[in-house]
Amino acid sequence: MATINKKRRLGREVSIVGAGMSDFGAFKEKDSRDLFTEAFQEMMGHMDQGIDIEDIECGYLGNYSSDLFEHQGHTAPIMADWLGMTPVPMTRIENACASSGSALREGVMAIASGMYDIVLVGGVEKMTNLATDEVTDVLASAADGLYEVPAGLTFPGIFGALAKAHMDRYETNLDHLLKVAIKNHNNGALNPKAQFNVTIQSLMERRQARAQERGQPVPDWRTEMDFLNDAQANPWIAWPLRLYDCAPITDGGSCVLLVASEIASNFTDKPVHIAGIGQATGRPLHDAEELTSLSSAKAAAAQAYEMAGVTPQDINLAEVHDCFTIAEIIASEDLGFFAPGEGPRAVDEGRTALTGDRPINTSGGLKAKGHPVGASGVAQVIEIFHQLRGEAGDRQVPNANLELGLTHNVGGTGGTCVVNILRRS
Amino acid sequence: MAQGPKESKEFNATSFFSYIQDEKKLMGIQCRSCGHLSSTPRPMCPSCHSKDVEWHEFSGKASLSTFTCISIVSVAMGKRGYGRDNPCCTGIVTLEEGLRVSAHIMGVDGNNPQSIKTGMALVLDPDELDPEDPALTFRPA
Ligand SMILES: [Zn+2]
Repeated sequence: MATINKKRRLGREVSIVGAGMSDFGAFKEKDSRDLFTEAFQEMMGHMDQGIDIEDIECGYLGNYSSDLFEHQGHTAPIMADWLGMTPVPMTRIENACASSGSALREGVMAIASGMYDIVLVGGVEKMTNLATDEVTDVLASAADGLYEVPAGLTFPGIFGALAKAHMDRYETNLDHLLKVAIKNHNNGALNPKAQFNVTIQSLMERRQARAQERGQPVPDWRTEMDFLNDAQANPWIAWPLRLYDCAPITDGGSCVLLVASEIASNFTDKPVHIAGIGQATGRPLHDAEELTSLSSAKAAAAQAYEMAGVTPQDINLAEVHDCFTIAEIIASEDLGFFAPGEGPRAVDEGRTALTGDRPINTSGGLKAKGHPVGASGVAQVIEIFHQLRGEAGDRQVPNANLELGLTHNVGGTGGTCVVNILRRS
Repeated sequence: MAQGPKESKEFNATSFFSYIQDEKKLMGIQCRSCGHLSSTPRPMCPSCHSKDVEWHEFSGKASLSTFTCISIVSVAMGKRGYGRDNPCCTGIVTLEEGLRVSAHIMGVDGNNPQSIKTGMALVLDPDELDPEDPALTFRPA
């Protein structure tokens, strides 16, 4: 595939100068427009040197399925209206869970083309209106509706099959998967925006305390692993995946402001630059080259590394698409951080923890931060933005020399993958 | 190859499932230009982009490459009696001819995934096809 490997450059440099996100969680009373407005207001309120809304020239909105979640199509102009931005052009981008990753890419290219200098990109999803089985079906519609879904495959099912293949081929076991969940909850507990702003240890202790209060038998879990291995507390969703292997159903919005790098200093002294972008497609799992890897992730990463002129070993931290725990392990291998099959050991050794040599999902990841699918790609970028600027609070990576961060945003089961590399100024 | 009425079936999912239902055959396509096989019929070869493709019958013999036992099932599988108490086994199945397909696996115990072995021999089960909601189904050989 010669064309995919062609060296590509942006027509001019693009920087991120502001970021905002709503709280992630389940918000009965809020619609997607409310969530996106929250994200936007937070961004506008935290621009280092301010910005006039009138100066924003264009927008791209990642949104997977407001049609099915809220019976609302054509969401982009509604957001423009709620932000008071009409008649500025706003376009909705749909690439399943990679919708806002792709929206960001469109925004970058719109600036790089020279057409615009200041572009808003973001994403939103309001998922909790539907019951779990209905949400399962909506998400499954991102897989192949003719050949995967009729066979019974759900999203967790496809990643369950990937997990089983990884376990058969490598040393991967169920504990490795649970350790990813524990780590990401540990990070999420440090993120006030996270849906699960709580460790699994604390969740377990709360359950025990509640049983005691109610005079019910108190489960004798002593460790998080005891809790996670209890089939009542952590039921199977799609063997070998359990409840705590799965990202939750989430409402949320996210946005960042992109500008041409040549004017970035008008907005902040600490812009974060887009060093490399990559996006690729992949086939359904049954037609994939391997059952233990996502080819789109490897292709997107290769493009991003090439554009940025860096190698996987240069990346200081990453937000990867842990829609399921196994997905984080596979991502860490597809991105070249660890050799194929070595991802589980890296988790065991704590290398991907906040204090490890390659922190992954410091935000809590999709697992603990939450996964409003259309908003997740940009939310990943927001975490790297804050980390590179040294403003990630209690979850700031303890490395004064953070320079390069990466995001890995998967649509569906690898039908799409977007990889971005960001560089501190 | 003779152009009988069966050869004129369009290369799509409707034909794929009707072959299974009406003729108990698993049919994919083969490209006459480059020989590429696809388990999912389509009018153009995904490998060399030729439109010169023809139906290709697979033996229906296969093995289980990976699988999952799904407890939180789709609405459609729920209607067929699957769910928390009766997890639905679905797998990636490698055909004798080397291609893979996604398939529902019948005749295994979804409550006991340890009893289901990757590598186990499977055969096409054309009799399980529900015309309202067609799904490719295999069972242990
Ligand atoms: Zn061909």
